[in-house]
Amino acid sequence: MLIPHPLLGPRDSSEFSYLGDASLMDRPDGMAPDAAERFHDYVHLRDNPAGIHRELWFHEQGDRSWLVVTRNTVTHEILGAELARDARKGGAA
Amino acid sequence: MWRNPDPQPSYDYVIIGGGGHGLATAYYLANTFKKSRIAVLEKSWLGSGNIGRNTTIIRSNYLLPGNEPFYEFSMKLWEGLEQEFNFNAMVSQRGILNLLHTDAQRDAYRRRGNAMILAGADAELLDRDGVRAMYPWLNFDNARFPIKGGLLQRRAGTARHDGVAWGYARGADRAGVDLIQNCEVTGMRIENGRICGVETSRGYIAAGKVGVAVAGSSGRVMAMAGMRLPIESHVLQAFVSEGLKPVIDGVITFGAGHFYVSQSDKGGLVFGGDIDGYNSYAQRGNLGVVEDVAQGGMALMPMIGRARLLRIWGGIMDMSMDGSPIIDRTRIEGLFLNAGWCYGGFKATPASGYAFAHLLATDTPLESARAYRLDRFARGYPIDEKGMGATPNLH
Amino acid sequence: MTRLSGGLIDRSRSLSFTFDGKSYTGHAGDTLASALLANGVRLMGRSFKYHRPRGVFSAGSEEPNALVELRSGARQEPNTRATVAELFDGLDARSQNRIGSLSFDLMAVNDLFSPFLTAGFYYKTFMWPRAFWEKLYEPAIRRAAGLGSLTHRPDPDGYDAGYLHCDLLVIGGGAAGLAAALTAARTGARVILADEDFRLGGRLLAESNPLEMPAPEWIAGIEAEFASLPNLRVMRRTTVWGAFDHGIYGAVERVSDHLAEPGKRVRQTLWRITARRAILASGATERHIPFANNDRPGIMLAGALRAYANRWAVSPAQRVAIFTSNDDGHRTALDLAAKGVEIAAVIDARTDILSQGSYRTIAGAQVTGSRGRLGLRRIQVTQGGTSEWLDCGALGIAGGWNPNLHLASHHRGRPQWNEAAQAFLAQEGFVPGLTIAGAAAGQGSTARALASGAEAARAALEALGITAGLPDLPQAEDASLNQYPLWHVPGQDRAWVDFQNDVTVKDIKLAHQENMRPVEHLKRWTTLGMATDQGKTSNVTALAVMAELTGQSINQTGTTIFRPPYTPVSLSVLGGGDTGPHFRPRRLTPTHDWATSQGAIFVEVGQWMRAQYFPRVGETHWRQTVDREVLSTRKGVGICDVTTLGKIDVQGGDAGEFLDRVYANAMKSLKVGMVRYGLMLREDGFAWDDGTCARLAETHYVVTTTTANAGTIYRHMEFCRQCLWPELDVQLISTTDAWAQLSVAGPNARKLLERVVDGFDLSNETFPFMACANLTICGGLRARLFRISFSGELAYEIAVPARYGNALMARLIEKGADLGATPYGTEALGVMRIEKGHAAGNELNGQTTAQMLGMGRMVSTKKDSIGAVMSRRDGMVAERRVLVGLQPVDPTDPVVAGSHLFTKGAVQDTANDQGWITSACFSPHVGSAIGLGYLENGAERMGEVITAANPLQKQSVMLRVVSAHFVDPEGVRLRA
Ligand SMILES: Cc1cc2nc3c(=O)[nH]c(=O)nc-3n(C[C@H](O)[C@H](O)[C@H](O)COP(=O)(O)OP(=O)(O)OC[C@H]3O[C@@H](n4cnc5c(N)ncnc54)[C@H](O)[C@@H]3O)c2cc1C
Repeated sequence: MLIPHPLLGPRDSSEFSYLGDASLMDRPDGMAPDAAERFHDYVHLRDNPAGIHRELWFHEQGDRSWLVVTRNTVTHEILGAELARDARKGGAA
Repeated sequence: MWRNPDPQPSYDYVIIGGGGHGLATAYYLANTFKKSRIAVLEKSWLGSGNIGRNTTIIRSNYLLPGNEPFYEFSMKLWEGLEQEFNFNAMVSQRGILNLLHTDAQRDAYRRRGNAMILAGADAELLDRDGVRAMYPWLNFDNARFPIKGGLLQRRAGTARHDGVAWGYARGADRAGVDLIQNCEVTGMRIENGRICGVETSRGYIAAGKVGVAVAGSSGRVMAMAGMRLPIESHVLQAFVSEGLKPVIDGVITFGAGHFYVSQSDKGGLVFGGDIDGYNSYAQRGNLGVVEDVAQGGMALMPMIGRARLLRIWGGIMDMSMDGSPIIDRTRIEGLFLNAGWCYGGFKATPASGYAFAHLLATDTPLESARAYRLDRFARGYPIDEKGMGATPNLH
Repeated sequence: MTRLSGGLIDRSRSLSFTFDGKSYTGHAGDTLASALLANGVRLMGRSFKYHRPRGVFSAGSEEPNALVELRSGARQEPNTRATVAELFDGLDARSQNRIGSLSFDLMAVNDLFSPFLTAGFYYKTFMWPRAFWEKLYEPAIRRAAGLGSLTHRPDPDGYDAGYLHCDLLVIGGGAAGLAAALTAARTGARVILADEDFRLGGRLLAESNPLEMPAPEWIAGIEAEFASLPNLRVMRRTTVWGAFDHGIYGAVERVSDHLAEPGKRVRQTLWRITARRAILASGATERHIPFANNDRPGIMLAGALRAYANRWAVSPAQRVAIFTSNDDGHRTALDLAAKGVEIAAVIDARTDILSQGSYRTIAGAQVTGSRGRLGLRRIQVTQGGTSEWLDCGALGIAGGWNPNLHLASHHRGRPQWNEAAQAFLAQEGFVPGLTIAGAAAGQGSTARALASGAEAARAALEALGITAGLPDLPQAEDASLNQYPLWHVPGQDRAWVDFQNDVTVKDIKLAHQENMRPVEHLKRWTTLGMATDQGKTSNVTALAVMAELTGQSINQTGTTIFRPPYTPVSLSVLGGGDTGPHFRPRRLTPTHDWATSQGAIFVEVGQWMRAQYFPRVGETHWRQTVDREVLSTRKGVGICDVTTLGKIDVQGGDAGEFLDRVYANAMKSLKVGMVRYGLMLREDGFAWDDGTCARLAETHYVVTTTTANAGTIYRHMEFCRQCLWPELDVQLISTTDAWAQLSVAGPNARKLLERVVDGFDLSNETFPFMACANLTICGGLRARLFRISFSGELAYEIAVPARYGNALMARLIEKGADLGATPYGTEALGVMRIEKGHAAGNELNGQTTAQMLGMGRMVSTKKDSIGAVMSRRDGMVAERRVLVGLQPVDPTDPVVAGSHLFTKGAVQDTANDQGWITSACFSPHVGSAIGLGYLENGAERMGEVITAANPLQKQSVMLRVVSAHFVDPEGVRLRA
């Protein structure tokens, strides 16, 4: 696969490490009273969609940025990629 | 081999998924637990999923007490399977050898081998010479990761995947189970927290109890019941070479090189490696892993180089958060789940079917499958053989 | 049989070769198959199951029958298709799958048992009595398995892997592919044209006069133009075998398979081609028509007969018949007749057919039988209920053409049956970016192939914003097939559908009776299409037969799809040639050269090679060496390269806050100039990694990880920084390779270091245990010093820029000669950390908790950090196993890691299992073996004698539970 790196252009996916659903960016507050339940959801449960999936890839053999890649899990078509920092700051995550 | 019935309007037991586990569940429900009015709903043809795509290794060489007794139970069922259902699934106990390359790995395998023996399974720890005596043509002298020994389970081996599915299917059919092909479950009717039946591509089917055994599709199907699972779907590729005269007797795994291999009765080298590593429902993988697997094979056994790869395919793995399966009831009454088999559910087929049938029939878990609870993640009792944590693609 | 006239072989170059030990000659330009035919050899192989005698069936890579073992010795290569093996001088091939000789194969008895060996027979037999399957039946079946054989010897040849990029990849160099490549290359776009053959032209080479001018002439002109275009790369002998995601194609170039030996070149290269667009111009494969005993040597595809005659100037027999259901069969007859081959008859299944040449045409007829044990002698022709036997040595069968859609279905797109084309066609977009042209798209005539190739290229480039003009293309043959659907000839005798796997029409009927009707069941039950040709010549025929049986249309019956690779690919080339020690990269530590010069023994630690121990003259066993290294360190001073530990530089105003969130324990409060032990949890609450965290300045920390987790922890910290808390002012960089780090441990450590530091005060008061500092050594060399200890001794770790590591090692050993300075390796390091009770990989195996490590209280409840919440789950709090030390009651007893722990006298089973030994070693300090292990309620069981069971090695030993700190439990030495 080719990942369209927002800064570096298309890069082979073998340069990246995959983590999983971009919801992993939404870490709950560990000090909140319902932290136990929310962390269980966060750590373990997944939508696991057949279709569009926002997911985290790390450019390990490259510039070491974390990307949020939007990809179709049925066709593997990639619809976009952005820096995780941007996704996070934009509140889009 | 079996009838091709149309679905009845209602059943006592509806099993979703006509793969190995679904068919085995129906088989034991009917034959062992003497239940009737059972249907298996399969969206495609029987055995079209992972049961017909896997690399057919059966073994009970697990470490953890949550797993090992279950897989050993499965191994015992394999050993009597063909007589049980009078169909040759070609169970062949030619042994599995897990190679080791470091002292730390030896320690870990010793722990595992002892756990196996303590659970009533067989295990042998081989040193380098022991491995050499079995497989003198492995790369001992010119390797990046020299072979220092291996953990051998002689009772492990392979079985013919289609034969297993067909044997259970035929046995279930003969016991009156309706095997309904081309019948995709598209929705679940749930009222007051209780399941009443399923919507399918062939109409609504009412059900007393519903057992879901859809492997890689678990997330999709359970979403129909509004549930999110501790599971991700990933693709695993498998490979077979052209037919060759016998060169490899048993199963060999090379963890350090992400490669495992056996030779089928027809002569093809059947091999594989790691999952591709990204969420996928595509039933096909990518070139990087193909190369990676071939590199592992060539590093371990350079004698296979002149053979040719014949076919590559992929299956969708239900990768769970701890790498171990779930056989449990759910918060919806009457809805039961069998999932999370990762790349290792073929060997579990008999025990999984038996345990799921037990649960469906008696509402109590089979003793050796007690650990496979759905709430173990929330409660902190993961069964994590590899120690990789909640990262499915690392299991 | 002698050669015919013409052809594209070089008669001036004779090549000699052997087949089954017999010598023959052929010509440059021949394949093994054409050369054998030219020598009158029709029998080339045996089928898989029934060992039926078989001859060549095709003239291309779809060949199911003529598979041979090519070459000998370590280069022996099984299952090579004689039809694509280029002839070279000295070629040596043998037939396969026989016991005895090819013409007298003892296994041919299987054919007599064929009534029992039909589809699915395995499944319903052989399971009784129980023991017989494994002892008797299966071994027999396994012995009979397979076709060719491997030698058990490593492949001696070299292989390579490379990457290519292009705007347009054209797959196939026949009429359509040549037109496409020409159209595209003239625009200046980057184009790759790949063809599996050694000659461009595809089917053009097999036809007598497809173009207005002789085809080779036209091709030569194009090739000349190609040679002048630097933006075009023509790859002959290159099979594009797989279509992967995002325009990535796998291809294998057979660089020197056409030579006796590769010499200095590689044998093959694996190319990963990334193409913005691709055109599949892979042509079509002819179908046969099963009839009774249709598998004799001499019976082959009619198009292949024509190819052998036109391209290779050879016919398998002097008298030939054709069986056809379309116009194409007649063309074969005409071409053969033109070359002087006698046409026994053209048997056309269609009625109302006029003879097209001066030979006999039998219309409305079918071939219903054949004779000739090792080669065809005559065929039976039935027309309207009457039969006759015709003598002929070869029969060409023309059943229509199947487009070669394989690559187009690699993304699992399922081709649809097209009535008009009488063929399965791929849909647009099956593989994004891939379009199909020529016969592969059902555009069978030469004229339409040329035009569709050019147009496909134009359209593909247009999508990339490149404008291409259509080239002038020659006038070409433009006949249509007039295909009549005839899928098999009914009859009682066996009619083969899949030759290699011996699947007959009867087997398909059996599958139908068994209700194995879905095409995938059909395939699996009968093994149809699972041989080395992946059913290229059988699948469509088989499912048409199934459709006939079920009364469904072909489309309702469906089709199986092809999987990569298009044709089988050698495992060597897929491995890319990086075998043996080059299988994975090897990282060397900065002191590697020095260690080598000292005769160190090295060990693989993940990617690294580390010095394991440094044997000295007179030491005959590794234990002697390790004991010496341990004792020298504990008595004097030892030096060990610990560079492999991961090092991460953490800087920024929020560095402390960041580390507070990443580590279970607090780091913000760490004072500048001090180091703290740090424990990291995974988010699921289990212990992940440990190391040290040094604060070099207010906004500058350096943290270490274990060697194994260096990459993972860095990735995780970047995840935390970029994905979780981008608002924090913190920067990370991995400096593992930038700094060489040496551990200097032992009572003389300070004395030794005083000899290298530049006036730095190392006294306990100014530089106490857990201090750290930037400093210079050896007269100005930048360095970092950490007073930390893994061994339990007074110890430091000193870091210098990596390139000085080797020199520093040498310097320290030299300066410390009188202090007993001794290098030690990972083995002694391991012993000393066990003696001190420090956890390492065996204890931190991803399944253990902070509590088990005795560090439960380190997980701060005052702050939120990764893993803290989940570490408080019930099951983890309920965990009772903790790390303890273990010592044998009888000091001569071994302590073996991986043993399981039981209360003395307890029944040894899973239920009573109380833990296990994680690490063990011989402790020169204690004078016996010792171990660490996790034991249930271990902290309360000090002094208890328990059993360590190792049934795997039939050992059982009594151990006493002791503190994990075998050395200096009070930590006096550390702080000295
Ligand atoms: C390449 C590969 C290699 C493997 N190798 C091994 C191995 O060597 N050893 C081993 O032990 N295991 C192996 N496995 C794993 C093993 O194959 C699986 O864990 C196991 O087969 C899963 O259980 P199953 O047979 O019930 O699944 P499946 O056969 O996948 O059955 C699930 C069925 O559910 C059906 N389904 C899905 N959704 C619906 C719906 N909505 N309605 C109706 N039906 C539906 C599917 O069509 C499918 O038939 C491998 C897997 C793969 C892919």
